[in-house]
Amino acid sequence: MKGSVMSVLVVLALVAQDRLAGGQEHKSYDYTKYHTMDEISAWMNQMEKENPDVVSSMIYGQTYEKRNITLLKIGFTSATPKKAVWMDCGIHAREWIAPAFCQHFVKEILGSYQTDPKVKMLFENLDFYITPVLNMDGYIYSWKDNTTRLWRKSRSPGTGDCTCIGTDLNRNFNANWGMVGISRNCCSAVYNGPTPLSEPEAQAVTDFLVAHQNKLLCYLTIHSYGQQILVPYGHPNISAPNYDELMKVGRAAANAIKAVHGKSYKVGTPPDILYAFSGGSCDFARLTGIPYSFTFELRDEGKFSFILPEDQIQPTCEEVYQGAMSIINYIHDKNFRGSAITVTATLWTTLVASWISSANVF
Amino acid sequence: MGRSQRSGQILFVIRTHLESVSSHSCYATALSFINGSTGQRSPPEWIMKTFCSVWLFLSLVELSPAPPVSQEPPLACRGPVDPALPQPETPEEMANTTGDLEPTHYPARRAATVALHYLNTRHGSPHMVFGLQQVHKASAEDVAAGGRNYSLDFSVTASPGGSPGPALRCSADVLFPRTEQHTPPDVQLRCEALQEINSTAEDEAFYQKYIAPDSAVSAQDLPDSYGNMSEEMQPFWRLGRVAASFIMLRESSENTELNMVQVANVTQQESSEKQLMLDYVVLLHDLPSQEITQWKLLASWSPDRGVRVLHTEWQPRCPHATKPPN
Repeated sequence: MKGSVMSVLVVLALVAQDRLAGGQEHKSYDYTKYHTMDEISAWMNQMEKENPDVVSSMIYGQTYEKRNITLLKIGFTSATPKKAVWMDCGIHAREWIAPAFCQHFVKEILGSYQTDPKVKMLFENLDFYITPVLNMDGYIYSWKDNTTRLWRKSRSPGTGDCTCIGTDLNRNFNANWGMVGISRNCCSAVYNGPTPLSEPEAQAVTDFLVAHQNKLLCYLTIHSYGQQILVPYGHPNISAPNYDELMKVGRAAANAIKAVHGKSYKVGTPPDILYAFSGGSCDFARLTGIPYSFTFELRDEGKFSFILPEDQIQPTCEEVYQGAMSIINYIHDKNFRGSAITVTATLWTTLVASWISSANVF
Repeated sequence: MGRSQRSGQILFVIRTHLESVSSHSCYATALSFINGSTGQRSPPEWIMKTFCSVWLFLSLVELSPAPPVSQEPPLACRGPVDPALPQPETPEEMANTTGDLEPTHYPARRAATVALHYLNTRHGSPHMVFGLQQVHKASAEDVAAGGRNYSLDFSVTASPGGSPGPALRCSADVLFPRTEQHTPPDVQLRCEALQEINSTAEDEAFYQKYIAPDSAVSAQDLPDSYGNMSEEMQPFWRLGRVAASFIMLRESSENTELNMVQVANVTQQESSEKQLMLDYVVLLHDLPSQEITQWKLLASWSPDRGVRVLHTEWQPRCPHATKPPN
C-alpha cells in the first residue's frame, strides 16, 4: 500500500516537473501537428528569444483585421548589407501544410547552423526573411469551426454591392492584374479584388520586396496542394529570361525531394502544368527582378487535398526542406563561389589532417 | 428611367435569351475564360469585348440552382460583375492542345483524372480506392461529331486498405463532347491485372457488420480539420469517395479537375434489397476555379453489386456571404 502510494507520488512529481520545465518551449513544440495562429506567434517570439544573435523579427504591414504581419529575419549580423532569401507561407488560408513547413524550415536551419558548415555559410552570406503565416486573418478564420476549414481568401469585406467577403491574395498583386485566371465575381475563390493591391497583405509584401529588391536573390512562396514546383510566369504570354535556368534548378529540387520519400513533384510554369493566372506574388517577384522565384505546391495530389493528415506533416516538410535547400544552395554557390570553395577546402583539410594524425598514432 | 424599371427590362431580355441558350454552355465558356489560354496569340480586342459583354449578361442571371458545370456561386450570393473579363479560348489556342500531349501538363492530367473517376465508379469499394500515379503518354484529337478525344497511357495505384499498393498500367480514351448543354465525358478504359487486386475479404467482413438490421452509422467530417479519421470510419470515407466519383465523372470537362476534399456527413439509412444504403454530403474541390461545391447523394453498396448512386443534389452554399441571400 505504502509502495503504491509512493510510486503515485513519484509519478505526480515527475509530471509536475515536466509541466514546469515547459519554459523551454521549442523543445516541446510539436512540429508534427497543425498550430493555431496564437501558437505560431508565441513560437516566433520563442525563436527570437532563444536565438537572439541570429533571429530578429520585423513587422512589415497589417492585415485587414489589423494584425501585425511579422517575419523572422535569420542569419549572422553583418556590418555590410547582405543578400537575402524570402519565403512566405499561408497566402491561402486553407493550405495548412504551408505554415507548418515554414516552421519546420526555421527549426531546421536554427538547429544546424552551428554544426553544419554549409548552413553556417548560408548564415554568413545570406539573410532569410521568413513569414510563417501571411494571410493571418484567413488562417484564423479557417480554424473557427468545421464549416470554415476550406476558406482561401483574405477577410476584407466586399466593396460596392458585393455581399461576399475576401479577395484571393494570389491574384491581387500588380503583375498583369486581372488578365487571366481570375474572376470579377467577388464571391469567387479567385476574385482578384476591386483594384490591384487593394489588400493590405499584398501591399505589405510588395512594399518589402521593392524596398529590398537589390538584396533579394530568391523568392519562395509555399502553397498546397499538387506536388509541383512552379516557375514564372503564371501569365501565359510572357517568358522569364532565365526560364531555362529556372527549369534546371527546379528539376534539381524535384530530384532532391524525390530522394527523401519517393514523392514526385512536377516542374513547370502554371500555364503548362496547372492553369494560367495573373496577379500572383511569384510573377510580381520575378517582374521586380528577383531572379530565382518559385511557387511550391506541397502534398498531396488530391487524395486529401487541403486537409492533409497530420502524420504527413513531417515527411512533407522533410522532403520540401531538401528541395528548398537545393535551390538556396545553388543560388548561394553561384553568388559566393569563393566561400563555397573555402568550405570544401576546409572540409578536405580537416579530413586529411585527422587521417594523418590517426595514422601517426600507429 | 427608374432603376428598378431598367433592371426589370434587362432581366426580361436576359431571361428570353437564356431560354434559347442553355446556361450550362455559358458556364462552360466561363470556366474556359477562367482557365485562360495556353496559346500565344491574343484575339482582336473588339471580338473579346463583344464576347465578354455577352458572357457578362449571361452570367448575371442564374434562374434556377441547376447543378453547375462551372463551380460558380449561386446568383443569390453574387456581387456586381465588372466587364473586364479574361479571354476566351480561341481556335488557335485550342489547336495547340491537340496532337501529342506533354504527359506532365494539365490537359493530359485532367483527362486522366476523368478516367480515374470512371475507374473508381466501376471498381471502387470500401477497401479499394484508386489514385492517379503518372501519365506516361497522351494525345488528343478533335472528332468528327464535335468534341475532343484524349488517348491516354497511365498508371494508377490501388489502395487496398490504407497503404499504397501496387501500380496498375491503364489505357483509356476520354471523349469530351462539345455540346451546347454540358454532356458528361465518355470513357473507355482498360487496366491490366484489375482482376488480381481485390479487397473481397475485408469488404465482405465490412458488409456483414453493417448490413445488420439495427446498424445506424452516422459520422461527420471525414477526415476532420487535421486530416485525421478513425480506422473504423475509413471504409465509409472510401465509399464516399467512390460515390463522389459518379458526380465528379458526370460534372467533368476539359476545364475542370475535381477531387473530393471531405465527407461532411454520412448517415446510414435502412438497408434495402440487401444493399447498404448511405446518405452522404460531400465537398468537392475544382482546381482551376478553386471552388468548393457541396453535394448530397444517396448511395447503395454491396459486394455483389458494387456502388450505385441513386440520387444526387447540388447544395448551393452561400460562400463567404455576410448576410443570408434574399
